[in-house]
Amino acid sequence: MNVSRFSWFNLTSLIIAFSFLYLPILLLILFSFNASKLVTVWGGFSTKWYVSLFQNEMFMTAAWVTLKVAVVSATLATILGTMAAIVLTRVGRFRGRLLFSGMVYSPLVMPEVITGLALLLLFVAIGLDRGYWTITLAHTTLTMCFVTVVVSSRLVSFDKSLEEAALDLGCTKLSAFFQVTFPIILPAIIAGWLLAFTLSLDDLVIASFTSGPGSTTLPMKIYSQVRLGLNPEINALSTLLILLVSVGVIIASLVSKRAEEQNV
Amino acid sequence: MADAPEQRKVFAPWLDTTQKPLIRFENVTKRFGDYTALDNLTLDIYEREFFALLGPSGCGKTTMLRLLAGFETPTSGRILIGGEDISHVPPNKRPVNMMFQSYALFPHMTVEKNIGFGLKQEGQSAEAINERVKEMLALVQLEPFAQRKPHQLSGGQRQRVALARSLAKRPTLLLLDEPLGALDKKLREKTQFELMTLQEKLGMTFMIVTHDQEEAMTMASRIAVMDKGVVMQLDTPSDIYEAPNSRYVADFIGNVNFIECTVISHNGQEYQLKDKQGNQFRLISEVQLETGSTIWLAVRPEKVIVSKEQPQGDVNAVQGIVWDIAYSGDTSTYHVRLPDGTTLKSEMANLRRVRNRPITWEDTVWLSWSLTAAVPLKR
Repeated sequence: MNVSRFSWFNLTSLIIAFSFLYLPILLLILFSFNASKLVTVWGGFSTKWYVSLFQNEMFMTAAWVTLKVAVVSATLATILGTMAAIVLTRVGRFRGRLLFSGMVYSPLVMPEVITGLALLLLFVAIGLDRGYWTITLAHTTLTMCFVTVVVSSRLVSFDKSLEEAALDLGCTKLSAFFQVTFPIILPAIIAGWLLAFTLSLDDLVIASFTSGPGSTTLPMKIYSQVRLGLNPEINALSTLLILLVSVGVIIASLVSKRAEEQNV
Repeated sequence: MADAPEQRKVFAPWLDTTQKPLIRFENVTKRFGDYTALDNLTLDIYEREFFALLGPSGCGKTTMLRLLAGFETPTSGRILIGGEDISHVPPNKRPVNMMFQSYALFPHMTVEKNIGFGLKQEGQSAEAINERVKEMLALVQLEPFAQRKPHQLSGGQRQRVALARSLAKRPTLLLLDEPLGALDKKLREKTQFELMTLQEKLGMTFMIVTHDQEEAMTMASRIAVMDKGVVMQLDTPSDIYEAPNSRYVADFIGNVNFIECTVISHNGQEYQLKDKQGNQFRLISEVQLETGSTIWLAVRPEKVIVSKEQPQGDVNAVQGIVWDIAYSGDTSTYHVRLPDGTTLKSEMANLRRVRNRPITWEDTVWLSWSLTAAVPLKR
């Protein structure tokens, strides 16, 4: 296979695929350093939009709301998702297992508009005031299944005799979980958390359905601003978001790679 | 102790009626749904025994081990350790430790922490744990590796860590689930002897599950050959090999030739037999055989001699053609086809170098065995 690695065909495919994926993002990053106020005309290098971004209180408030929602919902989703993963992979067969696993994974394929609408209806029906907490709950619903997928794929490959060895050496079931299972699946849990965090960070649809006054998230803010006209500040903001998400994804993959190496 | 060999007593507590068994299976049955893994099993295992469970996969040997470890509970019957019913005691409350087939070392802990894990659960002090871990590391000769993680060790080293960890708590009974399965042949043979020495030194009771008959023969004081949830024969390695009680056992342990015969007549312990082709055989056996009944003669290939000239004296002999020769260095196995199309095997030690040996393919040869070499099997 080494011979064909650098063939023209492969190289061209690579360039086309990556340009398709990253050209828009590169343009956005480039124009965030544009000195001109016109978004499409290059006027020299400048970081002034970053400065003005940090002075823009509207954006800062939205960023804070987004972060809070992302951290709390990712944490809730990780706890619930891990519990579901354990039940699905560990508790053998039980009545309705197939139904249950199907239901856990359904948000993966459910159109977000429908999830958002359904959640909105629920919140209205139970009289929950829409705001920060409703977005958080909605995002937990959305991201939980992703955590379940990540954690259960780790649990499936987990050697069950490790838990038995812990029991054999004097652990109760609970302490076997915390001393053996948990530390071993922790990288998957962290990866799941980071995935949930980034998903919550960039969600627009569900947040739009479930937000209320005073709890606008960053993607919502960007969207509404863009409708009023393009603004270089938004480029700067988006660049920062890209940076944050990339760091999250890179950490997640590093963590799971390291865990893989330790796994014998 | 210059005369130690004479003073050394034969270890056979199962023959001594005053001995109490350490472990007792009493009519134990284990079912998984419709599948019966163990069928009404009754079995005694004595202190200091090296007991081997041998059988093909799915014969119930692993189930027996897991019942003893506490990962399964019997469907019916009782399991006693030291006279106490432990059938429903959870695994963490049993005086039993297990060495797993996959070793099940905790990947996130160092060798030291792995070995000390069980002691830590007992709530022992740090010094006590430390001391015992050091002792165990010395026992398995892994002192330089105390701070390594399992993934930094070789297969043989991992195996020794697993062994040290399961011995650290001084269990009454140590269970070994295919402990040498993942090692290569040379290392496996070396480790077999290490395990035996260790067991003798510690005076502990070992129970090993294996599908490798050579491993069981080498190490065990007694072997239970199992099939489909039933113990077919329970005996010492030499009795299992030399006096199998069924074709299943004879065939499972080592190589064997079977010849279906009818008993014609007998004179005391000497029997006259006839196979389907009319060949007559003589057999001296302590087993009572009924005249007219059908039996199978089991002859081990190494007890069959292959020669070009017709053998003289008091032997059974048949003539055939060399069909195949399986050369394995120290021995060669001759597959000799008889006139009726059946094949008999003869294993001969290669006392001379190959090119000097006279017998080759398509040669007409004689196969012979002594009157006591064969074992008559009724089933």
